[in-house]
Amino acid sequence: MRDVYVVGIGQTEAGEHWDRSLRDLGVDAMLAALQDAGVERADALYVGNMLAGELAAQAHLGTLLADWSGLGNIEAARVEAADASGAAALRMGYLAVASGALDLVLVCGVEKMTDADEESADQAWSYGMDGEYEASQGLSVPAVAGLLMRRYMHEFGVQREAFAPFAVNAHCNGVNNPCAMFRRPISVDAYIGSGMIADPVGMFDVAPLCDGAAAVLLCPGDRADELAAKPVHVRASAVATDRLALHSRADPLSLRAAYMSSQMAYAQAGVGPADIGLFELHDSFSVMAALSLEACGFAQPGHGTDLALDGEIGLRGRIPISTMGGLKARGHPIGATGIYQIVELVKQLRGEAGANQVECSLGMAQSLGGSGATAITHILEA
Amino acid sequence: MNIPRYWRTERARYRLLGETCRRCGKPIFPPRDVCPHCTEPQQDPRTFAGRGEVYSFSTVHQAPAGYTDCKPYTVALVKLEEGPLVTAQLTDVDNEDVHVGMPVEMVTRKIKEEGDNGVIVYGYKFRRPVRESADRH
Repeated sequence: MRDVYVVGIGQTEAGEHWDRSLRDLGVDAMLAALQDAGVERADALYVGNMLAGELAAQAHLGTLLADWSGLGNIEAARVEAADASGAAALRMGYLAVASGALDLVLVCGVEKMTDADEESADQAWSYGMDGEYEASQGLSVPAVAGLLMRRYMHEFGVQREAFAPFAVNAHCNGVNNPCAMFRRPISVDAYIGSGMIADPVGMFDVAPLCDGAAAVLLCPGDRADELAAKPVHVRASAVATDRLALHSRADPLSLRAAYMSSQMAYAQAGVGPADIGLFELHDSFSVMAALSLEACGFAQPGHGTDLALDGEIGLRGRIPISTMGGLKARGHPIGATGIYQIVELVKQLRGEAGANQVECSLGMAQSLGGSGATAITHILEA
Repeated sequence: MNIPRYWRTERARYRLLGETCRRCGKPIFPPRDVCPHCTEPQQDPRTFAGRGEVYSFSTVHQAPAGYTDCKPYTVALVKLEEGPLVTAQLTDVDNEDVHVGMPVEMVTRKIKEEGDNGVIVYGYKFRRPVRESADRH
């Protein structure tokens, strides 16, 4: 397998884009990534997207975006793994380059949520769970997080307030990210006083669904220096899955897929949690951030919240997370999120993170599908 | 819910009809083609008693399309006494009175209506067990 590098990145602002369509956003990000690498062509395009079919009546999205961006007759396909669709598309691009099959591969994550009303968007988001035995019972995605958060609080004797630092940290970092949807800090009091979405999950526990597109250009090692001043090496790429439905898992609080995926990634890179300088984790909900930290070896079970309370998740902490706002403040344009995480990680490793700069040379990004049923982990190095 | 799917899942939804694995003997709910414990493809049908306890719960205030008329409603993970976890709504209960470990029993209730002319979806929900009155014996 060849070494794979990220040599171009592009992203739109994440937020509400009333005047941009799904294809407009995708093309914006793709052209920006190509321009960043100084090229006009790619050999293939993989598009990460979850809900274009359901919300825009648009399938065949890979081919549409290859067409709409002027890339010609290249190989193209859409890749879907619920919330991890963007990372899944990256995985396909990585395999294409690492295997030697293709050289320049463009990967784009794109999602357009605001064309749908809130209830329809919530319903479509729930297509990532078991439709026959979870969604059909009236379970919403926030309610899944509510079940996990309630059980976590019960098993580990933790109060709701212990989850506040995840939202506060994310919003604090979002302030300095021009592409973040939310750019104002929030206080612990605001977190505690917020209304309930699916008790005990409150408004500040949920990442906002929104519009956005992000893209990266991948190439093999022998072209990296030609295309980028600071090429970023993909040291590891690993995917694992768990039982889709929360009720099918032996221990719902153990994100087995995240654990296995991160273990494989650590092994590929020959590193451990202590070597990771920052972690763009999947903070779709504050409880998922805590469980991700635990599954990936940064905290013992039940102590992910302690890590946050002790300030270790901040930019100067032991394991900075959501360094550009995370899903919580940057936003969660579902199928695009996995690529936003990579773009932000690359900016950090290139030293282009501005006021949010973390000094490190090795970083990890992990995207989760559904309630952690799919986990896709990448480790990148400057 | 489309009609063919409604009919396919009827027995599981009305009666907690699941399976026992023919090889490892473990209980399986919902019924599936391959045993989740040992990957054996042969199972025998069995009906679960419907008794269990609340493993976790969440009261939904912001509901997805199709369930907005029911809010606020409480969903739960119920641990059946035979072992499996089931996702279901709680019924005949005050949202504020629910707690982890609360004993529950299965009942058949309306889950949702799909418009004026659509299917009325029935299925399992869980309530506190109904006790016989103390002065009866």
